[in-house]
Amino acid sequence: MAFKIVEGCVNCWACEPLCPSQAIFEAKPHFMIDAKKCTECEGEYADAQCASICPIEGVILDGLGVPVNPPGSLTGIPPERLAAARAEIQAR
Amino acid sequence: MDLNVVSQSGGCASSGCGSSADRLSHLPEAIRAKVDNHPCFSEDAHHHYARMHVAVAPACNIQCHYCNRKYDCSNESRPGVVSELLTPDRAVKKVIAVAANIPQMTVLGIAGPGDPLANPERTLETFRQLSEKAPDIRLCVSTNGLALPEVVDEICKHNIEHVTITINCVDPDVGAKIYPWIFWNNRRVKGRKAAEILIAQQQKGLEMLVERGVLVKVNSVLIPGVNDEHLKEVSRAVKAKGAFLHNVMPLIAEPEHGTFYGLMGQRGPSNEELQTLQDACAGDMAMMRHCRQCRADAVGMLGEDRGHEFTLDKIETMEIDYEAAMARRAEIHAEIEANRTAQRQQTGEAFVSLSSLKRGLKTKAAEPRPVLMAVATTGGGVINQHFGHAREFLVYEASVNDVRFVGARKVDLYCSGGDTCGDAETTLQKIIRTLKDCEAVLCSKIGYEPWSQLEEAGITPNGEHAMEPIEEAIAAVYQEMVASGQLEQAGAEPQRLTA
Repeated sequence: MAFKIVEGCVNCWACEPLCPSQAIFEAKPHFMIDAKKCTECEGEYADAQCASICPIEGVILDGLGVPVNPPGSLTGIPPERLAAARAEIQAR
Repeated sequence: MDLNVVSQSGGCASSGCGSSADRLSHLPEAIRAKVDNHPCFSEDAHHHYARMHVAVAPACNIQCHYCNRKYDCSNESRPGVVSELLTPDRAVKKVIAVAANIPQMTVLGIAGPGDPLANPERTLETFRQLSEKAPDIRLCVSTNGLALPEVVDEICKHNIEHVTITINCVDPDVGAKIYPWIFWNNRRVKGRKAAEILIAQQQKGLEMLVERGVLVKVNSVLIPGVNDEHLKEVSRAVKAKGAFLHNVMPLIAEPEHGTFYGLMGQRGPSNEELQTLQDACAGDMAMMRHCRQCRADAVGMLGEDRGHEFTLDKIETMEIDYEAAMARRAEIHAEIEANRTAQRQQTGEAFVSLSSLKRGLKTKAAEPRPVLMAVATTGGGVINQHFGHAREFLVYEASVNDVRFVGARKVDLYCSGGDTCGDAETTLQKIIRTLKDCEAVLCSKIGYEPWSQLEEAGITPNGEHAMEPIEEAIAAVYQEMVASGQLEQAGAEPQRLTA
């Protein structure tokens, strides 16, 4: 099983030096995880390192394709508040 | 020591005369020498010298509720925002290019867009190269403090003289409302526990830097209802530990920034709230009031950004002979210093005449009231900007004691994105609202339309002091106001009648 970085990653480099398997690499349009190298930090750390420092919700998926940091979990902004604000700003 | 002579004879308490408004004049000579040409640490220096930030540090190890790592807009000016990320090699190239083209640039800071010490190699590599290649540039770094204790000794190795730590609280219960999480010992830690660790690291880092003789400035973001009253305690605590300057900045929070505070409707402080809090903290601590909250890739004088002149493709084609540039920089710095000395002299004389106003008064109650005035300037410490060209105004308070710098007020509200970014209020109306507590605005020139609207709003436009040193001009205008009798306080009336 391996983690995956998806669209929305802001290329902040925070995860890259933390990976115990050197599975994370710089790529366009965003950083990627080499599925062959990723161990999900099994046996290394209690929590997957990339997902523990990533500041962006929803951009790291676990082996089952589920976001490790779902909407609202990092910023504390309720998803419905975010959606409402986005709609309000776009309507201007 | 001509500064002391001025202050003894004239009661000079101005930022332009040895900076007692900055309250830096109490500092030992060695420290004053370190800040005298640093625009972010000395209010007077910021009129004359420029700074730049290089964005080499993208990673962060904490989340703050006022920050959003997704946002990047070239129209926007606030910390944490950049247009292009640089490698250390490119950053060094850019610094050399800027230093050669903007000789007033004396300071290079690394401030983000993440935390410069979160993964410090890129930051330290940039400093290492610059301390070799451009020894005439002062180096500084700002940090949230979480990783600071571990890298203090590395920082000292690279000859970094100034460090800024952002400390918004010393109480973890307050911190839990500002920081949703930190990354610590290979885990994401949330809530009060996270704030507790962060605060302990910040305080330890501050102590270690002070022990090693590094100058520490503390930045705090004023968040109404969250840490406003608490910042007085922060100010006392960091002063006790040896920080030499406290910079209380207003929260910037708009929904379009996508931050927690912006989206949840947390408001920023008004100019009055900010000033009141700064004044309250000033009893304990030297306060910085000229911060412009610049981007992590800003270039130029405070309040201006010339970053677009030094993009990667442009610096690639620049050939710089830094030896020659350094000689020219030294010449220009000497000119600036000669100019500053002359201005201090003039301003000192203006203050002598201000204090003579006071001597003519019989009682304290008869003292004319203080007045706020706004100034349009592009730098150099003089009034040299057209009202219509000003993107910010410097606000000063004049009284019979002195002329004191109060703060800089932006009038383009951080964004020039046009109709999509605000309400339909005209720019002029916005300026008038921003300056509503001022009674005069001093500029080099002003058009007829703004002149009459300002007058209607009770703000007297004044273009008579173009090219004069700011504080001297304000002292002169204040004296005219006193002479005209318009500043007599209500309480003073009966005494005048019975006298």
